[in-house]
Amino acid sequence: MKKVTVYVTLKAGVLDPQGKAIQESLNSLGYQEVKEARVGKVIELTVDDGPDLEARVKDMCDKLLANPVMEDYRFRVEEAVQA
Amino acid sequence: MLQTREWSPEQIEEKKIYQEMGLSDQEYDMIKNILKRRPNFTETGIFSVMWSEHCSYKTSKPLLKKFPTKAPNVLQGPGEGAGIIDIGDNQAVVFKVESHNHPSAVEPYQGAATGVGGIIRDIFSMGARPIASMNSLRFGNLNTERTKYLFTEVVNGIAGYGNCVGVPTVGGEVQFDDSYEENPLVNAMCVGLINHEDMQKGVAKGIGNTILYAGPPTGRDGIHGATFASDDLGEDSAKDRPSVQVGDPFMEKLIIEACLEVIHSDALVGMQDMGAAGLTSSASEMASKAGTGMEMNLDLVPQRELDMTAYEMMLSESQERMLLCVKRGREQGIIDVFEKYGLNAVPVGEVIEEKVFRIKHHGEVVADIPVDPLADDAPVYHMPSAEAKYFQDFQKMENTISEVDDHTEMLKTLLQQPTIASKEWVYDQYDSMVQTNTVVTPGSDAAVIRIKGHDKALAITTDCNSRYIYLDPETGGKIAVAEAARNIVCSGAKPLGLTDGLNFGNPSNPEIFWQMEKSVEGMTAACNALETPVISGNVSLYNQSKGKSIFPTPVVGMVGLHESLEHITPSFFQNAGDIVYVIGEAEAEFGGSELQNVTLGKYEGKAPAIDLNIEAKRQNQLLTAIQSGLVESAHDLSEGGLAVALAEGAFGEKGLGAEVDLSGNRTVELFSETQSRFVVTINPENREDFEKYVEDAKAIGKVTGNSKLQVRVNGEETVNEDVSELEKLWRGAIPCLLKSKA
Amino acid sequence: MKFAVIVFPGSNCDRDMYHAVKEVMGEEAELVWYENSNLENYDAILLPGGFSYGDYLRGGAVAATSDVMKQVREHAQKGKPVLGVCNGFQVLTESGLLPGALMRNKNLSFMCHQEYLVVENNETLFTTDYEKEELVRFPIAHGEGNYFCDEETLKKLKENNQIVFTYENNPNGSVADIAGIINKEGNVLGMMPHPERAVEAIMGSYDGVKLFKAMIKNWRQTYVTNA
Repeated sequence: MKKVTVYVTLKAGVLDPQGKAIQESLNSLGYQEVKEARVGKVIELTVDDGPDLEARVKDMCDKLLANPVMEDYRFRVEEAVQA
Repeated sequence: MLQTREWSPEQIEEKKIYQEMGLSDQEYDMIKNILKRRPNFTETGIFSVMWSEHCSYKTSKPLLKKFPTKAPNVLQGPGEGAGIIDIGDNQAVVFKVESHNHPSAVEPYQGAATGVGGIIRDIFSMGARPIASMNSLRFGNLNTERTKYLFTEVVNGIAGYGNCVGVPTVGGEVQFDDSYEENPLVNAMCVGLINHEDMQKGVAKGIGNTILYAGPPTGRDGIHGATFASDDLGEDSAKDRPSVQVGDPFMEKLIIEACLEVIHSDALVGMQDMGAAGLTSSASEMASKAGTGMEMNLDLVPQRELDMTAYEMMLSESQERMLLCVKRGREQGIIDVFEKYGLNAVPVGEVIEEKVFRIKHHGEVVADIPVDPLADDAPVYHMPSAEAKYFQDFQKMENTISEVDDHTEMLKTLLQQPTIASKEWVYDQYDSMVQTNTVVTPGSDAAVIRIKGHDKALAITTDCNSRYIYLDPETGGKIAVAEAARNIVCSGAKPLGLTDGLNFGNPSNPEIFWQMEKSVEGMTAACNALETPVISGNVSLYNQSKGKSIFPTPVVGMVGLHESLEHITPSFFQNAGDIVYVIGEAEAEFGGSELQNVTLGKYEGKAPAIDLNIEAKRQNQLLTAIQSGLVESAHDLSEGGLAVALAEGAFGEKGLGAEVDLSGNRTVELFSETQSRFVVTINPENREDFEKYVEDAKAIGKVTGNSKLQVRVNGEETVNEDVSELEKLWRGAIPCLLKSKA
Repeated sequence: MKFAVIVFPGSNCDRDMYHAVKEVMGEEAELVWYENSNLENYDAILLPGGFSYGDYLRGGAVAATSDVMKQVREHAQKGKPVLGVCNGFQVLTESGLLPGALMRNKNLSFMCHQEYLVVENNETLFTTDYEKEELVRFPIAHGEGNYFCDEETLKKLKENNQIVFTYENNPNGSVADIAGIINKEGNVLGMMPHPERAVEAIMGSYDGVKLFKAMIKNWRQTYVTNA
């Protein structure tokens, strides 16, 4: 079993009002060093391992997990910890 | 955190573990008498939630008995998930209000969201389609970051749940006062529509019939929520966070559709939602109402988490779950309907003849409790009551009139008080129109929901001016009911009945109990005078922290019937040239008023007086005039008095204003909060007829097309301002307060 | 004319859409559950608003992958009308039947009120009853209605006259004030505002009537008169 962690973020250049709100809020708390905040999603998948794992995960992202019009994604594959 | 380790029956007694669960020594002894042995851990938990105030009304029952609950058109009074009133054509309206105060104080988004979800379940578990929601909210003043956060997140939570589930949120009220700073109130009301033959009851009838569990699996959510809701909100509430349930409105939407489909099956015997105290209260109440018993096997209950104990499963408040009683042998048809919507429905038990509630887990009996003592015979307490010390002091105070130099400026100030200011920032976030029945959207005296295919509509409102109730609980209680009815009448509907959401402090304080007692007496008097029975309700006590109680806040949710769509009447001015009438005279009454708040920074003195005979007469006369087609707009006078009502009347989309002549004391005429008053506009052609119908109406001026509000008192110009300027201040006040730094 | 209103788990404007075409416009209509459906015998497909699958991943994303959308695609390829409103518009963009995407509103809040729209293109089968640049009043009710596309796509939308409705006062941050767009072929319309909520005077606006009337009239001309 593998644990796949998919990170979905808005594409660079796409306005991220949620991120902007977080940045402003951090600035107003005194964290002036924060110049940008971008908000995304983390999706954790537990999957059976297989030869095309990476290709299949890429497919999942293209077909459902991310919307290529506005989002980018990346993912990380690691051994699943047995419960 | 509560101990989840399972103590033995002996340890529970010796170490008084039951006290941690909210049971008193006396209650523990009662349980031992009922069982004729010591209760085990699971049984102690079951009793503690069933005997909490939330489920048993143990301290409020003697008061609730005073309410009139019967009328020829009441099909279901208090006691079921919600009350039902006949509206003709084989249809009925189902409604109830419920509080979710403590959960919202701890986790405002989920607390408010699950409050909305819970009250919607109460409605469709009666077999009704939920057609509208409302919310009555109270917060501290918007001058701390914490209060702004609570307010913003509660509104987000209501929107997040209500919008997704597809029930329009059509209004409600929001008031701000320091007394709610630590204890915000979130009361959610839902209204449903039902055909008579579809009315369901939560009963487990028919020996051998099957008990089905429907909905998502059970997790460890909200364990001890019901006792949590019946306890003081202490300093360490943040620690209680794991108690808060998470709502899933998508799941609820599927459950609604599935349940409204299965009610048409003759295989269904009864249905109840798993609300507070989850499986425990739904199961034991269904058996108790049917005069039966129930045996349940917890191994069959769908579980979201591993190794759940019987105690955890019985007390879990996982959301969006239903319990159904189904004829034996007919289970599959019902299960198929749930499966169509992708939902679990599994048999977990059966109805038995012996009137006991028997729970098995891992092949062992883990609870064996007689049903009736558990569900019906909870102890009832007659709490001592003592008149609050402040009351006589307030009663002795003379009515004084605050100094106001510039009445136009004062009007502007009042319009920016968050309790008066536009709540558009709130309701714009709610889908108020889904189901396409919302004829009058939020922002008016009452929301109006038409009934498709019929020439009729429902008016809905929630009201409660807790400042008056604080000053004088009995008078304030009368006013709360009267004001709700006024709002219904202004919209053109006849009040049908109400649901009450009683929010108070700690009832073991005799002065708090006195507030409860007196306000219930006042409400009862008004219910009788205005012929509005109480058909459902909810009690939320212990709304206090650090020794400070909230203002007594018995929220009134009222529903009225428009007998024709023609009767629907806006609260905004309609045409230039219409005559402006005010019904009722102003007196020097400023106790609990917005003007007192602005000028004194506190509330004191006498609440405005109310004569229920005059109230009933004026409401009846105005309604007759409206039903006779004589009225263009009608608006009741409330916070801020006549000046605010006139300004609000002009805040339509029509660019209208008003020119008005008054005589008397300027401050009294403009800002007094004397009760039983209305601003009405009529076409000049109808003048004679209108005056014939409405005795106490006095023409004070006319609606103008120049978008100015001009008021002369004793011939002297007192208010003169552009409506657009007033409207800008009124609309901008809440967004502005939310943006400003604390 | 026979309409299919597709019902996904979590759709909540399905009955409103049905009421508009069936009870107000007086046409044939059916609520069609998304599973095991057959769309062959319907003349037009309506994708209603709501929160299909809770909108938990992205608005309309999960519904877009359902089997019934394959049939909607086939139906569209035959040139038959498809109208997606609100969540239905999101389903259309997510499934690639319309370009672009719907993002969270600029102010991050759900918003529900009446908005004025400008009819930019009155030559589509949905809009022939409007005047060009007519101002119409439709309710909006969405949290993710902020239309986004890249510049190249926007250029194409403009060149092909695919922008059908724009907001007079952009409430949500949409690119080029876009409220509704149509596919290049002219038979698939997606829009965030709700025409089905604006078909009776008592509800505050009946500007949506013309949209459904045009659909019905144009369908009759193509498939009945010329048949």
